[in-house]
Amino acid sequence: MAAIEARGLRKAYRSTVALDGIDLKVEQGRILGLIGPNGAGKTTALKSILGLTTFQGELSVLGFDPWKQRDQLMREVCFIADVAVLPRWLRVPQALDYVAGVHPRFDRAKAEGFLARTTIKPKSRVGELSKGMVAQLHLALVMAIDARLLVLDEPTLGLDILFRKQFYDTLLNDYFDANRTIVVTTHQVEEVQHVLTDLVFIDRGRVALDCSMEAFESRFMEVMVLPERLEAARALGPIHERQVFGRGILMFDGVGREQLEVLGETRTAGVADVFVALLGGRQGAEGTA
Amino acid sequence: MNARSDFLWSVRRELWEHRSAYLAPMAIALLALTGFVLHLGQWAEAMRTVPVLPPAKQVAVIVMPFGLMSSVILVTGWIVGVFYALDALYAERRDRSMLFWKSMPVSDLTTVLAKAAVPLVVIPGVATAIALVAQLVLLAGGATMLAARGIESPLGTVTWVQTWIAMVYGVAVHSLWFAPAYGWLLLVSAWTRRSPFLWAFLPIFAAGAVERITFGTSYVGNLVRDRVGGAMTAAFRDDAMREPITQLAQLDPLRFLSTPGLWIGLVFAAVFLAAAVRLRRSRDPE
Repeated sequence: MAAIEARGLRKAYRSTVALDGIDLKVEQGRILGLIGPNGAGKTTALKSILGLTTFQGELSVLGFDPWKQRDQLMREVCFIADVAVLPRWLRVPQALDYVAGVHPRFDRAKAEGFLARTTIKPKSRVGELSKGMVAQLHLALVMAIDARLLVLDEPTLGLDILFRKQFYDTLLNDYFDANRTIVVTTHQVEEVQHVLTDLVFIDRGRVALDCSMEAFESRFMEVMVLPERLEAARALGPIHERQVFGRGILMFDGVGREQLEVLGETRTAGVADVFVALLGGRQGAEGTA
Repeated sequence: MNARSDFLWSVRRELWEHRSAYLAPMAIALLALTGFVLHLGQWAEAMRTVPVLPPAKQVAVIVMPFGLMSSVILVTGWIVGVFYALDALYAERRDRSMLFWKSMPVSDLTTVLAKAAVPLVVIPGVATAIALVAQLVLLAGGATMLAARGIESPLGTVTWVQTWIAMVYGVAVHSLWFAPAYGWLLLVSAWTRRSPFLWAFLPIFAAGAVERITFGTSYVGNLVRDRVGGAMTAAFRDDAMREPITQLAQLDPLRFLSTPGLWIGLVFAAVFLAAAVRLRRSRDPE
């Protein structure tokens, strides 16, 4: 059974269409990055998956209908919606007591272990903690929950780079295993690239790209084309072209490496570059193609 | 984990956030006790004259300060409950913590019921316990003072246990009677984007004013008055309002249970709470 399976997922608000027929399948044991520009529908997709909003179309999460069976689903799922949602009045021991009280899959000792590695004082109130510490507390609580699906919506927004790095390292080393599935959205695409196993681009409520990271790395190549080969390179149908230091860098989707190597220096394209190539052009903000 | 423990933890979490639920009645009790202690001497002298009063009057004079203190503590609890209910479903959207609570396996129904139980069960229960303790302190202090001054204690003329049972009964009937009012406040709290206090009260005042000006009638005003004070007339015998309630014979539970207003009110309470559950389920934080 797939952890998440969506067919024709649609969500329209009064004036806008947030999701315009999404098909998606996430197998268990994967880490999916959901990438898209602001307003592309990422958060709406996550809210549908978490049973926080109604939707049209078919959607099954761990075998449950997330809207109709939300109460059952939430025993198997956990999420961090934003770093700033722990209430200011809550104290660290209260947070531990509460989650231990209501969540059957919470391992208190594990959470206390995570907290011991931070500089959070054991009796602190959330209102006294820095933004990074609140995120650490939230993460300590969530990672001590033995959830089958973890959803992270911009989990590192507003945090410094050291913390972001530590966040993803902890996620990979102390949390992730073959029985769990993680879905993450973020703007800091380059930082999560090495963490992901799968990648989905969402644009204007539609899936613009859906592939595994392995497929991604063999599909998308960039070539710094020798000036005399430029015409030959363009004939192969690049999906994007930009200029760096007067040299043309062309991106190809699904063209064989041996064909490209004769044109110039090749390398695997970064997620951010492919993102710009596929979605940036039409926004006119980035790219020169 | 079962629904009962979810419920209890949800109630506990409410009391962590809203400590005024028990601190305010406690503070009022301390204030009232301090005031009484300062006048203990005067009170003891007044007790000297009690035996010369007609028997019916004696009990009234003795229980007066006790009843007054308890009333102030209980009314404080109900007022705290009003502000609690207006904040309960609004604050979690305002500070965006709702998404944290919703990431836990606690249903919206359990959450709303826990939030309804605070002003209907927890605060009145706590206020009653505080009022009882305060009365016992007062009794002990009063008896000590009387003994110290060599005044014969008239306190034994009151059947204290009956007054306490009557108080618990009175609190219970008020919870049932107030249920639709607190349900309304919780619904406004779940619905409004800002100023829950205004949205809860302004429409009612406006409706009353419009009715008065347009039709010259005051159904809305009477409805509000009945909901605020009607439990006393519905749950006690007719003479209860004129005298202090010191006898179980003054209670009239059958009459209370056969008052249509009680049942209509409870239906409204259920409707308001169901609507609050639905709103919390589909509502985004602000």
